[in-house]
Amino acid sequence: MRRRSADGHAPAAFLWQALILIAVLAGGAALVFNTLDNLAARGISSGFGFLDDAAGFGVTMSLIPFDETASFARAFVVGLLNTLLVSVLGVALATVLGVAVGLARLSPNWLLARIAGAYVETLRNIPLLLQIFFWYFAVLRTLPAPRGSYALGEVAFLNNRGLYLAWPEAAAGWALAIGLCAAVAVAWSLRRGRRGPAAGAALVTLAALGWVFSAAAWERPQLAGFNFTGGVTLIPEFVALVVALSTYTAAFIAEIVRAGVQAVPKGQVEAADALGLNPAQKLRFVIAPQALRVIVPPLTSQYLNLTKNSSLAAAIAYPDLVSVFAGTVLNITGQAIEVIAITMAVYLSISLGIAALMGGYNRAFALRGAAS
Amino acid sequence: MSDASIPAIVMEGVIRRFGAFTALDGVDLTVAQGERIVVCGPSGSGKSTLVRCINGLERHDEGTIAVNGVQLDGLPRTMQRIRRDVGMVFQQFNLFPHMTVLENLCLAPVKVAGVPSAEAESRARTLLARVRIPEQADKYPSSLSGGQQQRVAIARALCMEPRIMLFDEPTSALDPEMIGEVLDVIVELAGDGMTMICVTHEMGLARAMADRVVFLDAGRIVEQAPPERFFSAPESERTRQFLARILRH
Amino acid sequence: MTGWLRVRLFPGPVNGVVSVLLLAAIVWAMAPVVDWAFISADWFGTTRADCSGAGACWVFVTARIGQFLYGFYPETERWRVDVAALCLALGLAPLFMARAMRGPGLVFGLAFGALVLCGMLLIGGAFGLPYVPTRRWGGLMLTLVVAVVGIAASFPLGILLALGRRSRLPVLRGLCVAFIELWRGVPLITVLFMASVMLPLFLPGGAEMDKLLRALIGVSLFAAAYMAEVVRGGLQAIPVGQYEAASALGLGYWRSHALVILPQALRHVVPGIVNTIIGLFKDTTLVLVIGLFDLLGMVQAALTDPNWLGYSLEGYVFAGVMFWAFCFSMSRLSLRFERRPGVGQEDTA
Ligand SMILES: Nc1ncnc2c1ncn2[C@@H]1O[C@H](COP(=O)(O)OP(=O)(O)OP(=O)(O)O)[C@@H](O)[C@H]1O
Ligand SMILES: [Mg+2]
Repeated sequence: MRRRSADGHAPAAFLWQALILIAVLAGGAALVFNTLDNLAARGISSGFGFLDDAAGFGVTMSLIPFDETASFARAFVVGLLNTLLVSVLGVALATVLGVAVGLARLSPNWLLARIAGAYVETLRNIPLLLQIFFWYFAVLRTLPAPRGSYALGEVAFLNNRGLYLAWPEAAAGWALAIGLCAAVAVAWSLRRGRRGPAAGAALVTLAALGWVFSAAAWERPQLAGFNFTGGVTLIPEFVALVVALSTYTAAFIAEIVRAGVQAVPKGQVEAADALGLNPAQKLRFVIAPQALRVIVPPLTSQYLNLTKNSSLAAAIAYPDLVSVFAGTVLNITGQAIEVIAITMAVYLSISLGIAALMGGYNRAFALRGAAS
Repeated sequence: MSDASIPAIVMEGVIRRFGAFTALDGVDLTVAQGERIVVCGPSGSGKSTLVRCINGLERHDEGTIAVNGVQLDGLPRTMQRIRRDVGMVFQQFNLFPHMTVLENLCLAPVKVAGVPSAEAESRARTLLARVRIPEQADKYPSSLSGGQQQRVAIARALCMEPRIMLFDEPTSALDPEMIGEVLDVIVELAGDGMTMICVTHEMGLARAMADRVVFLDAGRIVEQAPPERFFSAPESERTRQFLARILRH
Repeated sequence: MTGWLRVRLFPGPVNGVVSVLLLAAIVWAMAPVVDWAFISADWFGTTRADCSGAGACWVFVTARIGQFLYGFYPETERWRVDVAALCLALGLAPLFMARAMRGPGLVFGLAFGALVLCGMLLIGGAFGLPYVPTRRWGGLMLTLVVAVVGIAASFPLGILLALGRRSRLPVLRGLCVAFIELWRGVPLITVLFMASVMLPLFLPGGAEMDKLLRALIGVSLFAAAYMAEVVRGGLQAIPVGQYEAASALGLGYWRSHALVILPQALRHVVPGIVNTIIGLFKDTTLVLVIGLFDLLGMVQAALTDPNWLGYSLEGYVFAGVMFWAFCFSMSRLSLRFERRPGVGQEDTA
């Protein structure tokens, strides 16, 4: 229903809009002219041509090959990929931790519920930047040197140079893929009640996974001289950022999960009880599907927040998009307007893209079984 | 276990407190196999609490409750076992809004009782026909009328093939013209010889199906009698007041 | 008491075991923390020689507390900051008294007056107070300045944006939507970068703009977008009948909003507003990336002092406790608004 508004009749409305438009355009034009003047005065030429120039700097972490001779455009890609990596990993960890804490807050065990509550109230009331500094400067940077590493068996080593993890060899990746496919085949055959193929596929799964988890398939970090070689190295900036982002966001996700579960009417739980569903079935078939409708929209916005917050990487020099591009590249080239515009455009497209997906999700769900 | 000589329900000295308030104050009640009981009483007298104690939705603080000879001890395994035998229908239906009618019916048989889904589905369709809404199987609950929803809820409880059915004011959330269709279904069920406990203010239902009417006041059973005697010659003053108020309309 | 313990911690055998394990874990984890922070900690002294090294060295914090609170504000003038804080507290107090909200005009006027007075006190250069340039501002004082100005500017701006987004005029609506979505779609840090490198380019003839002012503009616009969405939520919850009733009484657009619609809408979204404020408060720490020294920035700077290397944990714990105390008390305050009778009670019909 359209509300009857009192803000004027048609001609007046038209006049108002024209005035607003003119004012905005005039303001915009003044800014553009000023900017052009200022740029000319400083001898900066505008345009995106600089992207092809050689960057002339290196980065501490990159998913694609990068050195001083690579272009600024490539530096942009390096930063973007690092941002996406941190965000995806952070989102995954924050979700697992957040759901666990949120459910713990609802636990009938008073102590567990209180601990979860304390976690939430502590983490969400302390600035994220402070938490990133804490993890980076106060925890990771004060760890012992590689020789005194904290070790988890032979597969993980933590020291002031970062986290060193055993990593599957290329062949192990394939074996893992085959194993997973076979596992899917097992589940599928079992659902159709075909025992024979299921057993065959199960054997393949076991063989593949067995090999993957045997020592042979992994490249392990080895202490050589003053540092480790082999396996994969996660630089301390990356570790600090992922830990801080996921533990901080988990506090917010926990509250969303709690509110979502509490939004399921008590009668629903009682009906499930009366039918004899056990707690796991109750959660899976009755509570979770209904809670998810309440949970998913704010959860997505937490994911977006995490992605945007990953830009705090700049404060500890993890080479993310803001740090590499809006920081280093901007300082070297002085192309402030172009660089900031590109950076903002990236985040804006991610946000609007996710928002559009969310709109689709909400419409799809609104159609089906909306509350009576 | 299906020994007909064991009473379906035995409650002895059952007490339930909410803080300082006593909702059930020493209830003794024995229900024989196949017996049909109607429970009535003023609002807040503990009727809901009584039936909810029988399937363990509400725990009792003192006294004992045995269902088909099994003592309710609050352990998850016992609860699970008893709830398979006891179906319940709520005042507010409590259908699962994210599942179709058919999915609502099949959930517990498949997941709790391990009935193959094809068999559960045919059982569900039979029951839907019995409650006279076979054509609604694939709709979501929100698109059904109140009376239809309550009949789905009854079918959902029956789908577990319980030996005892509990009804907590099954018609009081319904518009008057829908009450009849639900009452018909309940009366028909009563004719099949299932053990039933029904909390209701529908005195017509009590007359049509009850073997015994139980009158509850302030958490105590004040009077119990076959419907003819209960309505025509109530013994206690409290019952007479209640009946006078309820039958005046 | 024992009954309480039994019900809360040992409702069943599994829960009992879980409780015991959790208790053990808490003791195991918290004992070293308590020992470090309190028992073995050093509290008094002036140099790092006064720290035994067994526990926390709070001397690091006490020795620098002046800088953490006032930044580089001249020591002889720090009383002005204290007076400003007092004046702000007195000026804003009525905002939190439900009864005072019956005369919102007066209350907001008083708050605005307090803000102006604080600004004059801090900047000086008049009434015989020496001028203190903003580059000397810092510490908790700067944190509060950024937060308070950000809130004070974003609140009215947010309301206007929210009204604009619901306007009948497509041009106005479009502009407001674009503005709101732009700011909400990008991280604050890019906004601050923009404010710091692009704002100077916008000014005519290479005019200089105060660095703090640039940050304040960035923070305020950013927060206004979030505030606008919160207020819009409140406006959407107002039934059409209220608009019609207001028009029927002959109230125009502005008066019906000021007298009828907004008072209801804002009351609906107090929790959302407080959440935005808490978010803004935490976000003030980001100003350190453009070279302003808020509380966290001062702590961070102190950590690089060669005389005090290695006390980062103490610094972060101090800053964390300060921020936590502010944010937590704000969230508790908003709970007080929420817990009015009739709100948030589940209907058990
Ligand atoms: N969870 C609870 N916490 C506190 N008190 C409760 C709770 N459940 C029920 N009560 C109280 O116990 C008493 C009995 O409640 P019950 O629901 O059994 O009454 P009833 O006879 O079913 O009433 P009605 O006809 O209104 O449904 C009421 O006074 C009620 O306030
Ligand atoms: Mg009741």
